[in-house]
Amino acid sequence: MKKEPVKAKEVLASQRINGFGEVVAGYNEQEALEEANRCLQCKNPTCISGCPVGINIKKFIFQLTQKDYSGAYLTIREKNNFPSICGRICPAEYQCRKACVLTKKGSVFASPDAINIHFLERFTGDFGMKNSVAVGAQKEKNLSKFKVAVVGSGPAGLCCAGELSRMGVEVKVFEGLHQTGGVLRYGIPPFRLPRGILDFEIESLTKNSVEITPNFIVGKNLTITELFAQGFDAIFLGLGAGTPSFLGVKGENLCNIYSANEFLTRVNLMSAYKFPEFHTPVNIGKHMVVIGGGNTAMDAARCALRLQKINGIPADTTILYRRTEVEMPARRLEIEHAKEEGIKFRLLIKPEEFIADANGCVMKMRCQECELGEPDSSGRRRPVPIKGSDFELDCDLAVIAIGLKANQILTKVTPELKTDQYGDITVNPETMETTVKGVFAGGDIVGGEGTVIEAMGMAKRASSAMIKFLLSKEF
Amino acid sequence: MKILSKKTLNESSGTRVTQLEVYAPLIAQKALAGQFVVLMVSAQGERVPLTIVHANKERQSITLIFQEAGFTTKLLGKMAVGDSLYSIAGPLGHPTEIKNYGKVIIIGGGVGIAEIYPVAKAFQTAGNHVTSILGARTKELLILEDELKSCSAQFFVTTDDGSYGKKGFVTDVLTDLLKKDKYGLVYAVGPIPMMKMVTKVTSGTNVKTIVSLNALMVDATGMCGCCRVTVAGETKFSCVDGPEFEAHDVDWDELTKRNRAYCEKEKHICQLDK
Repeated sequence: MKKEPVKAKEVLASQRINGFGEVVAGYNEQEALEEANRCLQCKNPTCISGCPVGINIKKFIFQLTQKDYSGAYLTIREKNNFPSICGRICPAEYQCRKACVLTKKGSVFASPDAINIHFLERFTGDFGMKNSVAVGAQKEKNLSKFKVAVVGSGPAGLCCAGELSRMGVEVKVFEGLHQTGGVLRYGIPPFRLPRGILDFEIESLTKNSVEITPNFIVGKNLTITELFAQGFDAIFLGLGAGTPSFLGVKGENLCNIYSANEFLTRVNLMSAYKFPEFHTPVNIGKHMVVIGGGNTAMDAARCALRLQKINGIPADTTILYRRTEVEMPARRLEIEHAKEEGIKFRLLIKPEEFIADANGCVMKMRCQECELGEPDSSGRRRPVPIKGSDFELDCDLAVIAIGLKANQILTKVTPELKTDQYGDITVNPETMETTVKGVFAGGDIVGGEGTVIEAMGMAKRASSAMIKFLLSKEF
Repeated sequence: MKILSKKTLNESSGTRVTQLEVYAPLIAQKALAGQFVVLMVSAQGERVPLTIVHANKERQSITLIFQEAGFTTKLLGKMAVGDSLYSIAGPLGHPTEIKNYGKVIIIGGGVGIAEIYPVAKAFQTAGNHVTSILGARTKELLILEDELKSCSAQFFVTTDDGSYGKKGFVTDVLTDLLKKDKYGLVYAVGPIPMMKMVTKVTSGTNVKTIVSLNALMVDATGMCGCCRVTVAGETKFSCVDGPEFEAHDVDWDELTKRNRAYCEKEKHICQLDK
């Protein structure tokens, strides 16, 4: 008889919406063993190809079945610096789990039967963290004389820093904000990624001799040329996709219309949900509307609903998306969680206009219904507005979560860095080297918006190319 | 991030304008007229933008001047010499485009006078004939009079109540000047109503008019869009596209409203502090 997948325990929706505590409790040892034992240990495992950093999934799951948890941890750490982070936020259903042999062929995302690799990774990562499992350095003596500057302390920057420092390179990370972590801290809410986990994973890097300087904006404080002049041998740019896109509809700059970046930065990085203990405010509406269908939209909506609950406002948060649920780029789990928490989903809806009250605050939205037409360049069916379907919707706070563009603070002052039509940095996809010698890049500033693990995949490619570059410098 | 010196520039019926000199070598090294920093007083603090009034490369310091008007600026005003700010980053925004326009008029209203000082100096150094017009509610609130005088060929002060200089508004002087002579540029920083009035006065003329906007910000590096303003019908971010814009292109009503977005929250947190 086929064994059922082991569900990870979760805090009840009615309880968790009263705060920002972690939603998914993860596996305990017994649950992890049970799930690990469901793994077929395929002769030719397909799952590994689904992992952007190529974790030996088969091996670490086998080690789990043998109760060799430290071994499993070390297997993951060979490829992934941050298992406790990735185990929590990777969209596994599009990656390793989709590639799992138990997923039905041709599925858009993983079948429910696919091994819950992400939960096993999380269990293993947390075990390593709690038990301080030491990861041996692979320091190469002739690398220790090199100095590398990493720009940005988000997933790509941290991963690159970790890889290089493990090999013995002296690494300095420059972060523009006052805290480290990039999108992991300003974007992803603590109920998905508790700050203790994030701090632990970053501290394990800084303990490992990576120095991180916050409040340092490369392009403003120092240019690329000046960094080289200061003795850095190579530079990695993990700048992120920093600038929010807007809809371009009438009334979009009314008060109480936020980009998801602003809303989440206020709530997560600046802890506005603890206002006035923390001084950054965020406004809370009676009818909050989030526009978009990605993880960011889910995060914003779930933060919005929690803010309403915490402040005694009846929960009324709606997600508007112009396609249907299948096309939503968000993790399935986040969609499920959002629904459980009481967030309303209005699909096939396109915002047309924001309407103001007397104070210039948004009061209503005018929208149009859509139907799905022919597939567009992304392969998803294009939403086509239905004529005469206009309607109005109550909305006194809107969050626009429709994507990001490249932040150009650095690229604008560095004309020798070639960028594409979107402002993303152009690289050699194999080495991640930019058009400037010794300058490499990865993460969203290269690929546009991707996942944390994809950014890490690029950073790993870059770091191995950087090591080759450094060693070739000798001769 | 240590505070090296502190000075109360003026105090009048509960309004205090304070000057802080902050140790910030990286910023002092690069700061140009028109740029700003974003700072946090404490780990619980807000990120607030403030214009760099002066950068001293030898002392590796920058000077900030602010009115203790809101919760965070009051908190900042409580900092003593030797205290450290939790964070400070900059220089941010585009510097003022300094070139020789011939004759320029530089207008500062209230604490905006602090912001025009580095700009007036830079224009003077670039060979411009600088006319400064300073406006304040009342005599006690006037700041940097001697400093501005020292970099101006012509100098005017107006006070709303007539307690010093000319009674009236900066725009009264501006209107007179524009009637009598030709100017290549009008540059203004101050409260929104003042900048709006300046814009109105110059709109009938051909004089290029630049304003530095004081939109609310969070990250101040182009990441969040809190500071977005409509300029010539397009959405711009004050932090990375500005903070200076062509005055005639700015949607002033939108900016006025957006800057009031947190009035209620501000009242609440200020009350708790009492």
